Amino acid sequence: MIILFYLSSGLFLGWSLGANDAANIFGTAVGTKMLKFKTAAIIGSLFVILGAVIQGAGASHTLGKLGNVSTLAAAFTVALSAALTVFWMTRMSLPVSTSQAIVGAIIGWNLYTDNPTDTSTLIKIVSTWISGPILGGIFAVLLFMLVQLISKKSKVHILYRDILIKYMLIFVGAFGAYSLGANNIANVMGVFTGAINLPVIDLGIVSFSSTQQLFFIGSIAIALGIITYSKHVMETVGNTLMPLSSEAAIVVVLSQALVLFIFSSQGLSNAIQSIGLPAIPLVPVSSSQIVIGSIIGIGVYKGGKQIKYNILGSISLGWLATPIAAGVLSFFMLFFVNNVFKQDVGGINNFIQERRQAVIERINPNLSVAEQDTVEDTARFQKTVPNKIDKTTDLKKDYSFQITWVTLLTLVLLATLLFYLFRKQKKKSNYLEIKAKDVENDLKIKIESLEKRLQEKISHQFNLSKELKFRQSEMITMAMSIIRKNEFLEGLKREIIKIKSRVDDHETRLGLNKLSLMITQDLSIDRDRERFQLLINEQNNNFNQRLSEAYPSLTDNEKRLVALLRLNLSSKEIASILNISPKSVEMNRYRLRKKLKVNPKTSLSDFIKDF
Amino acid sequence: MSLLYKNVKQIVFDIDNFIDTVEQGVLVFKEGSINYLQGEKASFKEKIKRINQLEGSADKLQKKIDDLFYRHSILPQQASDIGSMLDKIDEIIDISKDNLYQFDDEIPFIPKELTHDFIRLAETSAESAMSVFPAARAFFRDPGKVKEMLSKVYFYEKEADKISRNIKRKLFHDLDDLRLSEKIHLRYFALHIETISDKAENLADMLLLLALKMSI
Repeated sequence: MIILFYLSSGLFLGWSLGANDAANIFGTAVGTKMLKFKTAAIIGSLFVILGAVIQGAGASHTLGKLGNVSTLAAAFTVALSAALTVFWMTRMSLPVSTSQAIVGAIIGWNLYTDNPTDTSTLIKIVSTWISGPILGGIFAVLLFMLVQLISKKSKVHILYRDILIKYMLIFVGAFGAYSLGANNIANVMGVFTGAINLPVIDLGIVSFSSTQQLFFIGSIAIALGIITYSKHVMETVGNTLMPLSSEAAIVVVLSQALVLFIFSSQGLSNAIQSIGLPAIPLVPVSSSQIVIGSIIGIGVYKGGKQIKYNILGSISLGWLATPIAAGVLSFFMLFFVNNVFKQDVGGINNFIQERRQAVIERINPNLSVAEQDTVEDTARFQKTVPNKIDKTTDLKKDYSFQITWVTLLTLVLLATLLFYLFRKQKKKSNYLEIKAKDVENDLKIKIESLEKRLQEKISHQFNLSKELKFRQSEMITMAMSIIRKNEFLEGLKREIIKIKSRVDDHETRLGLNKLSLMITQDLSIDRDRERFQLLINEQNNNFNQRLSEAYPSLTDNEKRLVALLRLNLSSKEIASILNISPKSVEMNRYRLRKKLKVNPKTSLSDFIKDF
Repeated sequence: MSLLYKNVKQIVFDIDNFIDTVEQGVLVFKEGSINYLQGEKASFKEKIKRINQLEGSADKLQKKIDDLFYRHSILPQQASDIGSMLDKIDEIIDISKDNLYQFDDEIPFIPKELTHDFIRLAETSAESAMSVFPAARAFFRDPGKVKEMLSKVYFYEKEADKISRNIKRKLFHDLDDLRLSEKIHLRYFALHIETISDKAENLADMLLLLALKMSI
């Protein structure tokens, strides 16, 4: 139970790693709805556990070389300080990596316990922080070129390609999760492997060492992080760096998985060594930074227009700020745990003492009383001799103690300065963001109002054109009715004249004359025609005005003719409406052409329509 | 996943079937118009029946495809674009059906001088639509080929425009014997038939845009 309590800080670190880093693997797939979150979470959790248990040892071993945290209390404190750094920096929206936090925290432990930091291991680790994103970028470009080539060559139906992408996202996501578990479990449980020794579980076919059991517990925490909180991260973080298509997402996840795999595979490192090349450093690297490297790689390949390059500056600052912050926090927390709670936090002196005691205990059972006395005397002698030596080294120790404090203070100052810089940058970017939002809102409002006005104009125009159509159809209907009626009356008149010529009876002839006269009167004083004329005038009010202004010499009859021509009526139809002969209409048209000075090549109707 | 594959296979089949149906609809429209213009009443009636069936099954297929797309979250990013494209394809058969029904309902009187022009207009308009369907099929299999397949659509659309304008000019300039009402009636018929090629052009524009989107 007490072990679980001490592990809690590592488990918290694991939970936050799962919550944040699963978005790097399945973020785009879930964000673009290519995969359901449930599927992504199940696959992610399962493969993180497999990767951690099967392949997690390599990177953990390197962390051990950097600083073998030997007691439970120290491991708890180191993991907690890393977790708090990650939590605090995430809350401050600063770029942070679990790998860098844990390395900083271990160095903090080294400083507190006087444990020497292995510089070559530290250089190896730091070099992977830089080479990881670069390698990610190179892999991404190569894979992206390959994907483009394949999609150009293949003539697969886009729906089948969609299925293929879904399968690929699952496969690549599983590989990514496996590599994440293999590489990053060292961040979560690496510090505990030296402090906790669990009995081996032997299942016959396979056996699980203490480290593997710890990694299993840690990976469960990562899986819980994926299941409980990564959905929120996937939905909110989205395409912060560059919008990704599904194909690009596959490439990014695959390159990330490959880099994580390379930096955690003992087998691959051995294979490289066997052909005479230098061994691959097995180091926990930041998956987020590899993703950023990969996306930037694709962006550069595509022309680099969509990339937000300022993120590179943030990563570089993160490389410095995270380990320093974690290291300082770890140092002070260890001081607190050691001096307030009186917990053993390990260190080189304790280590020597323990080894000496162990040697004596191993020798004792096989010796006689006299021999034991001799051993005790020897031990007493050994104790006195180092005491004498210790006195001479005390001065050195005081000196190194001062150096430690000076280093620590410098680091604190540096961390404060970096924090200040971050805050300033953050404030500036927040201010710019707010400004940009304000401008965006203003523009949105303006666009909305313009759209509204445009809509109103369109609707007004639509109503007008509707009205115009209605009026025109009304005029045409009326014109047609006048034409028909006049045709009928003309026919009737002709018939009457025919009958009149055959009739001799005087009274009948008078009656027929009267009838013919009535028809003639009706044809000349036609109320319908007057109404039609009124309608035309009303309809063409604006047009008439323009016409009068341009051609003041036009008579009313000519204006009427123009209006009828505008309706696209033929000379015959116009003749019928105006109760004149078609020949007169032709003559009037000829006069009108002259008055309007119409080009001989242009038709009169076209001229009037375009006027 | 096998269920997903089964559904996608069904959608692929349905989309091909849908485009085939609309294509047949346009052919039926072309033949039906020619039947009417040449006075073959029995064949014309048969075409009306046939286009009605085809339009009904195109509508059913379109609804089914839409449903499958959204229910199984297939191509979530492009689903709405593809839906709009299918709408535009469906509009072509809708207009073709409306046109044949207008011939049947309004029985326009086509003077002999214009019969040939109207036949040419129907053929050219239908040809414009027929040229857009291979591009619509190619969009799903080889979007890079779409652009080069659309040149015919634009060519036939312009031709249809010219023929339609020619008919209107003849109506209002040369055919004095026709009454205004008849002229206006025929003018609208030319416009209706020409709309098929306009719809094909709209679809072609959309295909171009979607193919470009896919290539980015």
